[in-house]
Amino acid sequence: MSEPISSTSKFTVTPKTSVSVLFAGDSGDGMQLTGTQFANTVAVYGADLNTFPNFPSEIRAPAGTVAGVSGFQLQFGSKPVYTPGARFDVMVAMNAAALKAKLKELHRGGIIIACTDGFDEKNLRLAGYKADEANPLEDGTLSNYIVFPVPVLQLTREALKDSGLSHKEIDRCKNMFILGLLYWLYSLPIDVTVEMLHAKFGKNATIAEANIRAIKAGYFFGDETEIFANLGRFDISPSKQHGTYRRVTGNEACAIGLTAAAKKAGLNLFLGSYPITPATEILQTLAKMKKFGVKTFQAEDEIAGIVSSIGAAYGGALAATNTSGPGLALKTEALGLAVMLELPLVVINVQRGGPSTGLPTKPEQSDLMMAMYGRHGDAPMPILAAHSPVDCFYTTYEASRIAIEHMTPVICLTDGYLALSSEPWKVESAENLSDINPHFSTERSPEDPPFLPYKRDERHVRPWAIPGTKGLEHRIGGLEKQHETGHVSTDPDNHELMTRLRAEKIEKIADSIPLQTIDNGPDKGDLLILGWGSSYGAIKTAVEQALEKGHSVAHAHLRYLNPFPKNLGELMGNFRQVLIPENNSGQLVHLIRDKYLFAPVSFTKVKGLPFNEMEILEKITDIIKEH
Amino acid sequence: MPDIDTSLASRPPLTAKHFASDQEPKWCPGCGDHAVLQQLKNVMPDLGVPPEDIVFISGIGCSSRLPYYLATYGVHGIHGRALPMASGLKTSRPELSVWVATGDGDALSIGGNHFIHTLRRNIDLNVVLFNNEIYGLTKGQYSPTTKVGLKTVTSPLGVIDHPFNTATLTLGAGGSFFARAMDRDGKVLRAILHRAATHRGTSLVEIYQHCPIFNNSAFEAFAGQENKDESTVYVEHDMPLVFGKFRQKGIRLDGSTPVVVDLFKGDVSESDLWIHDEKDSFKANLLARFFDDPLTVENFLPRPFGIFYAEDRLTYEDALEAQIALTQEQGEGSMEELLVGDNSYIIK
Ligand SMILES: Cc1ncc(C[n+]2csc(CCOP(=O)(O)OP(=O)(O)O)c2C)c(N)n1
Ligand code: SF4
Ligand SMILES: [Mg+2]
Repeated sequence: MSEPISSTSKFTVTPKTSVSVLFAGDSGDGMQLTGTQFANTVAVYGADLNTFPNFPSEIRAPAGTVAGVSGFQLQFGSKPVYTPGARFDVMVAMNAAALKAKLKELHRGGIIIACTDGFDEKNLRLAGYKADEANPLEDGTLSNYIVFPVPVLQLTREALKDSGLSHKEIDRCKNMFILGLLYWLYSLPIDVTVEMLHAKFGKNATIAEANIRAIKAGYFFGDETEIFANLGRFDISPSKQHGTYRRVTGNEACAIGLTAAAKKAGLNLFLGSYPITPATEILQTLAKMKKFGVKTFQAEDEIAGIVSSIGAAYGGALAATNTSGPGLALKTEALGLAVMLELPLVVINVQRGGPSTGLPTKPEQSDLMMAMYGRHGDAPMPILAAHSPVDCFYTTYEASRIAIEHMTPVICLTDGYLALSSEPWKVESAENLSDINPHFSTERSPEDPPFLPYKRDERHVRPWAIPGTKGLEHRIGGLEKQHETGHVSTDPDNHELMTRLRAEKIEKIADSIPLQTIDNGPDKGDLLILGWGSSYGAIKTAVEQALEKGHSVAHAHLRYLNPFPKNLGELMGNFRQVLIPENNSGQLVHLIRDKYLFAPVSFTKVKGLPFNEMEILEKITDIIKEH
Repeated sequence: MPDIDTSLASRPPLTAKHFASDQEPKWCPGCGDHAVLQQLKNVMPDLGVPPEDIVFISGIGCSSRLPYYLATYGVHGIHGRALPMASGLKTSRPELSVWVATGDGDALSIGGNHFIHTLRRNIDLNVVLFNNEIYGLTKGQYSPTTKVGLKTVTSPLGVIDHPFNTATLTLGAGGSFFARAMDRDGKVLRAILHRAATHRGTSLVEIYQHCPIFNNSAFEAFAGQENKDESTVYVEHDMPLVFGKFRQKGIRLDGSTPVVVDLFKGDVSESDLWIHDEKDSFKANLLARFFDDPLTVENFLPRPFGIFYAEDRLTYEDALEAQIALTQEQGEGSMEELLVGDNSYIIK
């Protein structure tokens, strides 16, 4: 269904390549829904986009206060966008608290659309403005910005006065008014939201109609009022190639990636898990995937989560567990068991600020050392890291492939930023996904020589012998095993041999992974920015800008953190300097220095916030200036 | 995945010997674990399950070595975590017969959390809990079932922790099956293990297991024909609670209070006694509370052995399979459906 929207052409329409918008209001103002609807419209319209929700830490913070501000940020553009924007160009402030909380992140000269009803005496006090402080919309403190005060509530009430809804219901439509206004401002169609409203309120046509009316009222308000006369409207031309798309968050992409890998390998997926922010949506998403044969097991703790998965892996499932830092800490003993048993297992760790409970809702990249070394004994394990919401799919899929084909637990690192951000994904076709081949041992008869559960192939990979297979009955465990037979062994030389074989097995994975490539920039030059994880978008954008300025910089982003791609040393050697930005105190720098014996430049940010492109660009400029 | 051949018809009949692995048990001579292993080997052929469909999972402890000695599939895991491992395996492969060997430390101390949650979920596992009231493998520290006052290497002046009663713990956690057996009592043990195997749900079998090295007198009060007759009662479904060398004693319920009565006095007869009912959870809970120490309590209640409770309750894995079947009424979701999802859009 398409809702024709006509508008007068008295406004100029300025084309833009990208814009970052923040919807901010009280938790009760429906900002997540508004932002999501705006994002859906932009996506279907065909622009590229990247979204990031900003929830209050408390579930029910007092209404109207700064603690209760809920935000939804998105950047969209006619060229690819890789972040939700370092700063916003436009901010919708539904109340005084939203303005107070978020103003510092608005570009100088940016646009504020303020819902004046949220700036009355009561709201100002709740937001923490003193009794003697004037209304910020009126006292000139916002003179560096373009402010549009709009009496949203009043206009919504006016538009819906004969809608048959109660006052309360009418007031709840005010976010739709704002949405309509923003559609107008960015020359976007309203029909995606109209369709959603019909679908959502199907039976309750009155509510659907009222919401639609509020959208239109907002849209026409833009047209009719004079306040936007100087600004005009904007247009971001659609850029996406034709095809089927869906918008995914990092956590959803992980869930889909695991399920796809299981299907491709012909296995059942089992996830043993215990809820923890910001990893829980992976469990929640998979719990809804029963249709695809997925089994989720909400365990009593993280230990039971991983150990139940090890049990499922022994039984021949693609087994996974997901968690965040504190949970990974609880899983470490069982990781050692998985290393010893040499069973496939995917461990997704959605990193958050630590140590301890730390910053549970904020992203950080500070579990790399734990992933690499956080186990008793010599217990090497492959580590992969995803760099964008969509890449969470590909990285999880690849982690599953490595786990199954190399019979090993694999740690897949994402973080709270990737977990909740979303971007459009051009839906992958099944044929494009690489094959995943489990090596199951087959039935044996009593005349065959005895089964050797730890006999390795040329990649040091042992066979997968699962219960139910006649003639393969065997016992394994966490005790050191004799080479090939798998019997318990305390022989000193055997232990040394097995320790070496387990390490070499992981190193040999480097033979089957792609070589490291340069993402952007020259192969040789002054400065290489070597990133990993969610800093991809910020680095990518900063390097694009640095290249435009003529700097000799390049960007490489690591997916494989253990083992490193074989050519990494050589690739880094082609640059005078290597800069490693990380949201931790320099963990990758340690690994690189340890392995390649040179000192990269460490650039760290440990604030519970991801890097933004401006910070990276500034650092690049500083380094280049020094020479 | 290979198909599972559940028909044993085409194979030579299985015997206890078929279930012995090529490894020699490493337990001390006189250890009760030997006897339990023997009864497990005895019962396996009776179950009609081929060895390749049986898995033994254990934690860490002397008793957790058990899987190495059985010619089935087996995993000797980590301390305390046998139950979650078995739960994951059984949930993903419900057609397997999954057994757990665990100790009192393994199941009730480090694995205590898993113990209660496994029981309430009622996953179809057969749990053999070797209770020797001591940490055997680590050489004699007290465990959560050690009696108050016992002097051990970590309680030189005697244990001051109040011990767990496995029976009340199991029932309190919502267990659907509880039985107690003595390691030496081969016939009873074998029968109980058989029942545990056929019970659908988590079957908890507590075995009083003799550790001559570190807790030699733990079960003295219940061992030896003399003591056993007077200090234990063997409960059987539909039968009155009678015990004593001459079956001269019985248990009668006085309201909800169990009292020992003398059947030879003539004023009470067997028909006045408590009739055991495996399905009665109230009575099972009373029975579980028979936990007196005959050596220190004067008018003690005898320690019950046998099957206390066996409730038919939906298992976790059956409930899960039913939910999956429901979502797959229209067939299993394809890779295509998975990738496209239900919120995709097309850009022309
Ligand atoms: C994480 C961990 N903590 C401690 C130990 C040491 N440990 C091994 S077995 C055991 C106690 C075993 O007692 P129980 O479970 O009763 O088994 P038993 O040896 O008596 O059969 C302990 C404390 C361990 N192996 N792992
Ligand atoms: S220490 Fe005790 S429990 Fe362990 S093997 Fe020896 S007798 Fe058995
Ligand atoms: Mg013990």
